[in-house]
Amino acid sequence: MKATKTLLAAAAGLAMLGAGAAHAATEITFWHAMGGGLGETVNAIAKDFNASQSEYKLTPVYKGGYEETMTAGIAAFRANEAPNIIQIFDAGAATIINAKGAVYPVASLLNENGVPFHAEDYIAGVRYFYADSKGDMIGMPFNSSTPVLYYNKDALAKAGVEPPKTWEEFETIAPKLKAAGYIALSQSHTPWIFSENFHSRHNLQMANENNGFDGVATEIKYNNEHMRMHFSKAREWQQAGYFGYYGTKWGDNQKPFIDQEVAMWLGSSGSFGGLKSAAKFDFGTTNLPYWNSITKGEDYTTFIGGAALFAFSGKDKAENEGVAQFFKFLTKPETQFFWHKETGYVPITNAAYTLAKETGYYKDEPDAEVGIQQLNLKSAEWNKGYRLGYYVQIREVMNREYDQIFAGTKSVEDAFAAIEDGSNKLLARFAKTVQ
Amino acid sequence: MKRQQFDHISLPYLLIAPQLAIIMIFFVWPAAQAIYQSFMLEDPFGLASQFVGFDNFREVVSSDHYATSAVFTLVFSALVAFLSMAIALLLAVKADGIIHGQSAYKIMLTWVYAVAPAVAGMIGTFLFDRSIGSLNHLLNATGWPFNPQLDVFDASFTVILVSVWKQVSVNFIYFLAGLQSIPRAVREAALIDCRNGFRRFWTVTLPLLAPTGFFVLVINITYAFFDTFGVIDTMTRGAPGGGTATLVYKVYQDGFLGADLGGSSAQSVILMILVLALTVVQFRVLEKRIHY
Repeated sequence: MKATKTLLAAAAGLAMLGAGAAHAATEITFWHAMGGGLGETVNAIAKDFNASQSEYKLTPVYKGGYEETMTAGIAAFRANEAPNIIQIFDAGAATIINAKGAVYPVASLLNENGVPFHAEDYIAGVRYFYADSKGDMIGMPFNSSTPVLYYNKDALAKAGVEPPKTWEEFETIAPKLKAAGYIALSQSHTPWIFSENFHSRHNLQMANENNGFDGVATEIKYNNEHMRMHFSKAREWQQAGYFGYYGTKWGDNQKPFIDQEVAMWLGSSGSFGGLKSAAKFDFGTTNLPYWNSITKGEDYTTFIGGAALFAFSGKDKAENEGVAQFFKFLTKPETQFFWHKETGYVPITNAAYTLAKETGYYKDEPDAEVGIQQLNLKSAEWNKGYRLGYYVQIREVMNREYDQIFAGTKSVEDAFAAIEDGSNKLLARFAKTVQ
Repeated sequence: MKRQQFDHISLPYLLIAPQLAIIMIFFVWPAAQAIYQSFMLEDPFGLASQFVGFDNFREVVSSDHYATSAVFTLVFSALVAFLSMAIALLLAVKADGIIHGQSAYKIMLTWVYAVAPAVAGMIGTFLFDRSIGSLNHLLNATGWPFNPQLDVFDASFTVILVSVWKQVSVNFIYFLAGLQSIPRAVREAALIDCRNGFRRFWTVTLPLLAPTGFFVLVINITYAFFDTFGVIDTMTRGAPGGGTATLVYKVYQDGFLGADLGGSSAQSVILMILVLALTVVQFRVLEKRIHY
């Protein structure tokens, strides 16, 4: 498997050299944040695209992590050297979408370059996150994932319990898991899983201005009774030995699950592939739990995480046509299915999901379907997504305060007051920059 | 007496031009940009920009987290500078006193110099890892519930330890060179006058070492303020609870990760003034008491 990937990458490299020699092709640059195995899959897709036609030559460039890629893109834009396509993550979406004139909205780009755009082709869960309030896509969803629950089957069997659907159920099984020698739960991204998706899963408003879709949001709603209740509970669980909090780093919270200290772990649906090779035990996947007491029995969908592709404006017509062709290639069912299988990210179009079902992929790998099933759950008023300025720093504020809640140095009430205050200051500042 | 002078007035300027160009490009120009940006409020893409006076500074100074970060930076820098100088001085004095096999000690003590801060940070990350870190296990075995993922004190301990370890070798080289440049005659005279080695060190060696010590202090303060960035970024990223974010790290978080140019420029201007003030104080107050 590893060798195949290396070969693929090498082949991609050679293909690029070859394409460089056969001149006249329009060059398209694509900056992304997909390292390691994901990067190899991106290269394989680029290679296939280049091989599928001769008019355009797409060059993918790995620019580091999500933040680094965004910073590099901003710097390049300011120096008039922007790439054609850039991958921007969920938390940075407001930054690029609010930069008026910096991006060529995907829906218009496709429509104006001979590739008709239909919003209904995309699965409901990913359709709106990077779209404007009318539903026209500004960014093309690329690597989309959603938080799900992974559980150690042996551990749950040992404790004689079933994976929890709700947090109420979690409270009843956690003592049994503890008695069986496990910490019941850990999670890898408190702002994403316990905050943003907490609001989607319970259909709660996150910010004013329709979560930031109708205008520049200036008011965050995190300091609400449900969030305070959830974090008070989580702190109680932690003290009782049911919940392990291992700081803010993703891997540090996943490690105890892999080491079988922790029985259940909340991670990304995209973690599936990596977990498969790292975990030496049989694990299952299920939906993110919710509080029945809040939703009154409703099972709402979650937000997508991950990132989208944005096309910079001010490029030649020919290059934009190339970008449109690449997006067309990327959203083809076959490409999406390949991407879904290789990486664990969800397929973004209905056609690709149907193809995956038809091939029987989910019969062999039922866990791979959980993320997309969860994204297709009931959608209501507050499940479209959110668009908040300086959100990278707002997450930083949240991490800072959550650390203090779980270190026991700050009360839940004080921490949420600080999150509200810090976030609103950042939102106000962002609102001033874009006016 | 005739003053020495070049025939062509332009030649000396030409000779210092490369150096001046480097200072202009890598210090004066970016510093001027930072000062300009610190008075502006601009969207990340630079599409709209407005003059806001001292607003950025006001927001930075009024933030609780900035105050916490400033206090941490001062304590952190003082501890890193003091500990790495004290340990290096002790090692240098001991290494200087060794007659046989001195070079072996010297090599062993200096080769950490070749380790970059980010690499030192990675080594620290492994040593203090929760499941595989040997130092983590050792500290927990002593009965200290050591948990740098959650406890600010423990996390500070790890970054200070690694920063000091990284810097000791640099200081060691300077101190050893300083010690070896003390004239043998002076040392021998002192040896006849005073038999107490400790007293001899305080009254003779240390004053003669003071010029070296002063130079080392200046570079250590700069190191603690700026170069420890790599250690912090690889080990804690300012966590837990923002408790290990130094001022430089905050500039990076707000400017490079968060894309807030005005705010992070204001922070870097404040930092620039702070370090400038510290350096002036060092030169004005301390240097007067040093005899070259």
